[in-house]
Amino acid sequence: MDSTRSSPESHLITREPYYERVGDEIDLFEAAYANGLPILLKGPTGCGKTRFMEYMAWRLKRPLITVSCHDDLTTSDLVGRYLVKGGETIWVDGPLTRAVRAGGICYLDEIVEARKDTMVVIHPLADDRRMMPIEKLGQLLQAPREFCLAISYNPGYQSVLKELKQSTRQRFVALSFDYPRPELEAKIIRHETGLDEAAAAKLLKLAEMTRNLKGNGLEEGASTRLLVHAGKLIARGIDARAACQGAVSRALTDDDDMVAAVNELIAALF
Amino acid sequence: MAISPPHTSEALARRLETAFDVEFTFHKVDHLVDILAPLERDTQDFILGWVERIASTNIQVSYEFTRRVVEALDRLDRRVIEAWAVHAMDTYDSRGLHPALEVLLKVDDFLAHAHAHAAGAFFDEVKTVLANFLCGLSGRRLELKPGEQVYTDSEKLFLPNVTASMASEADNFLLCKAQVAFMWAQTRFGSCRTDFDAVFAGFADPARALAAFQALDGLRLEICLARELPGLWRDMQALSARHGDAALPPDWQAMARALAARPAAPESVLALLHDAYPLDPPARRVYHAALHPQAITEMRNARAAREKMLLRVKLAQLAEEHRESAEAQRPPEDTIKEQAQFKARQEGQGWELTLDDQPIAPPEDVKQLLTSISLDWGEIPPEMLTAAGDGEYDPALYEKKEKNPDDVWQGTYHEEGAHLYPEWDHARQHYRKNWCVLREIDLKPGDAAYVDGVAGKYRGLVKHLRRTFEAMRDESRLLKRQMQGDDVDVDALVEALAEARDGREMSDQLFMHMHRADRSMAVMFMVDMSGSTRGWINDAEREALVMLCESLEALGDRYAIYGFSGQTRKRCEIYRIKTFEQGYDAATRARIAGIAPQDYTRMGTAIRHLAKLLNEIDAKTKLLITLSDGKPDDYFDAYRGAYGIEDTRQALFEARRSGIHPYCITIDREAKEYLPHMYGHANWVEIDDVKKLPLKVADIYRRLTT
Repeated sequence: MDSTRSSPESHLITREPYYERVGDEIDLFEAAYANGLPILLKGPTGCGKTRFMEYMAWRLKRPLITVSCHDDLTTSDLVGRYLVKGGETIWVDGPLTRAVRAGGICYLDEIVEARKDTMVVIHPLADDRRMMPIEKLGQLLQAPREFCLAISYNPGYQSVLKELKQSTRQRFVALSFDYPRPELEAKIIRHETGLDEAAAAKLLKLAEMTRNLKGNGLEEGASTRLLVHAGKLIARGIDARAACQGAVSRALTDDDDMVAAVNELIAALF
Repeated sequence: MAISPPHTSEALARRLETAFDVEFTFHKVDHLVDILAPLERDTQDFILGWVERIASTNIQVSYEFTRRVVEALDRLDRRVIEAWAVHAMDTYDSRGLHPALEVLLKVDDFLAHAHAHAAGAFFDEVKTVLANFLCGLSGRRLELKPGEQVYTDSEKLFLPNVTASMASEADNFLLCKAQVAFMWAQTRFGSCRTDFDAVFAGFADPARALAAFQALDGLRLEICLARELPGLWRDMQALSARHGDAALPPDWQAMARALAARPAAPESVLALLHDAYPLDPPARRVYHAALHPQAITEMRNARAAREKMLLRVKLAQLAEEHRESAEAQRPPEDTIKEQAQFKARQEGQGWELTLDDQPIAPPEDVKQLLTSISLDWGEIPPEMLTAAGDGEYDPALYEKKEKNPDDVWQGTYHEEGAHLYPEWDHARQHYRKNWCVLREIDLKPGDAAYVDGVAGKYRGLVKHLRRTFEAMRDESRLLKRQMQGDDVDVDALVEALAEARDGREMSDQLFMHMHRADRSMAVMFMVDMSGSTRGWINDAEREALVMLCESLEALGDRYAIYGFSGQTRKRCEIYRIKTFEQGYDAATRARIAGIAPQDYTRMGTAIRHLAKLLNEIDAKTKLLITLSDGKPDDYFDAYRGAYGIEDTRQALFEARRSGIHPYCITIDREAKEYLPHMYGHANWVEIDDVKKLPLKVADIYRRLTT
């Protein structure tokens, strides 16, 4: 297992990721980072939260360690655990511990998916103590200045179970993300896919239409990411209607009536 | 497969005589037998099947159907015959015998429309997709409704029941879509904003002016559609060509060019109206919708006052919230309440609201109001952006109130404010549409002390139950000897090391894992409140509910309790005893005490309604538990017997399909004769002692959640 694990340096991002500044989020992030404050990113899926983190990691020249949270994520998955190897037990750091030791950025994606008790482990790291107790080792790690904790969550799922606790959320500087403004979103689509202005505008219109359907049969409208997918397919020469059906309507929902309705919208546009 | 020989005349006569009950109705079947006898066995079976199905609804209708079906069979395929038969029965349900016979007598009409029925787009079939399509297009939320004509009143779009102007089914669907888009364009691009009375007043012949206006506006909207929905516009042109619409005369082509400069503004149509008035209007395109100025104006006038009020009230609420959050940050100095003046600006499809130069995010309903108002006025008039003052409007006007079911019910056969549900007719093998009228009613509370009495009486049992349920509450457990886990399982490791030393293969199951089960349950209790529960059954039900509540409170699962009863399909009633939101408080306890026998047991409708309520709850496991004392039954109705059992079974199927686990607890000793058929073999239990009831529920819980 040890051989497959990568060193913190391998998490360094060397090429500048493409990111379009939406507002003052970069300045806010930098100021928070300079003060050792943890950061909370919120916004719907596919609107650029992860890309923003990559961009900031590149900008600050720190390794970025991303953990996608799931409902079975335990404290040991984050902190580390003993493993048995050749008759011996050896300690293996978890991603959070590695990030603390290396002074990197630890990004916990979709934090609400993780179990409630897991979230508590980040509490001492996320306030001014900036410490991480490793109970099983009896150690107390002090995070270096360069270390940064960032979490993301999507407040759109209107489920009481997927709410962030006040004791957690009030430790963070919150940056709110949404789908970019139309001009900006068009620019992003053009950059990512290489499509011309007219085609990007049509994709954008499709996105607006599906966002109108949010709450009327769709849980979410098409995200910027889906538009980029559709755009990439179109740029490869796939027929626009087919590309959008594959990348947008069928990706958005399994409900046959809804798929049919979105397909009709696609057919009306392309 | 060997082809069976046709039925003999005698056999046919026997089947028809039974179906038509000739002993009482004196229908002559001889000539019907003559018609059916020469047919193939397969066709005979098809017809006899439908004859019997229709006869279960009405013999006269079935008789007339039989007289005409053979003639129809030559010209229509079976799918259409079926549609015809179902249509006749639906007509019988909704309008009675004579209109139903009319449907059958006018078989020629039906044959004339055979094409429509073979290739047409039926409103019911296209409705869902097109309604969502419409919702995706921007602007005011519009509704799709069936109507005689294609037109819009600016809030509802009307489409005919069958659209069959085109040759193929696909084209007819496309036509519906094009018509919907065209009517959407009428609302979206300002056609409905026009002050028709003022515009047409200056013309000698207002009808001719209307035609000219319609033609011009049609051209303008086509330009808009070509820009907004280029894909659809291509399809529309192709559709028009296939339909053989005449080309645009040169005069009108010039008009179209003039309109192209500012197509989104309806004023450009008015500017050309005088030039267009003397011209003969061009032929209508197939996808054009009719224009009813009167309907639009009436709707707009009604809307204007309502939306102004709603917006101003909503803005007042927003201003209030804004002020409160501002005051929280600084000491309250200026608490003089002045009417807040907002500013609104449209950005793309969104809206930006500002109050005192501070942006305020408008909630979804405000956004929609702003959109709707801007469609009527072109922009938002400033006076509408002034927050409403205290007491300026009567709250009764804007607060949505559910109609009091008693008021609705009084005296008349009102169906207003009630829920309509279909019912399954097993003989017909089809639903009866909107057959049952159901209302939710608050149960009159009884004496809350009764509950304490019951809890005291069964103190020991309640205590035991609480303990059982508490034990179920947290099912987290430490799993040992796992492949992966949070910690090393030392016991397993020692063993494995010993084994390895011994030369055997070392196990890889060396870890401990904390398993935590998330309970996500919602349970709905449906309590039989029919007249037959009078006496000790009612007491048993109430006592059982008390103990259930006591136990469930310990477990912490969400639960609701509803009673059901009613008399005839026009008065199905659901009594609210405890909703999911309500706690187990004194009021709920009093309502449990107040459970009293009412009328009959039309179970299917109750199941459909409660399943719908249960499906609105977000939970992994959903249980619908019925406490019952007997078969489904209703007042002097076919519901007694097989019909009721089959309808209930169908309702349970529907519930199961939507992810609900139905279960039935009954005290009927004969339950095994019909409950397995309705609920399935494992999903019911018969109880003869009240003390067992809550215990059984504990078992169900365990079985369904572990």
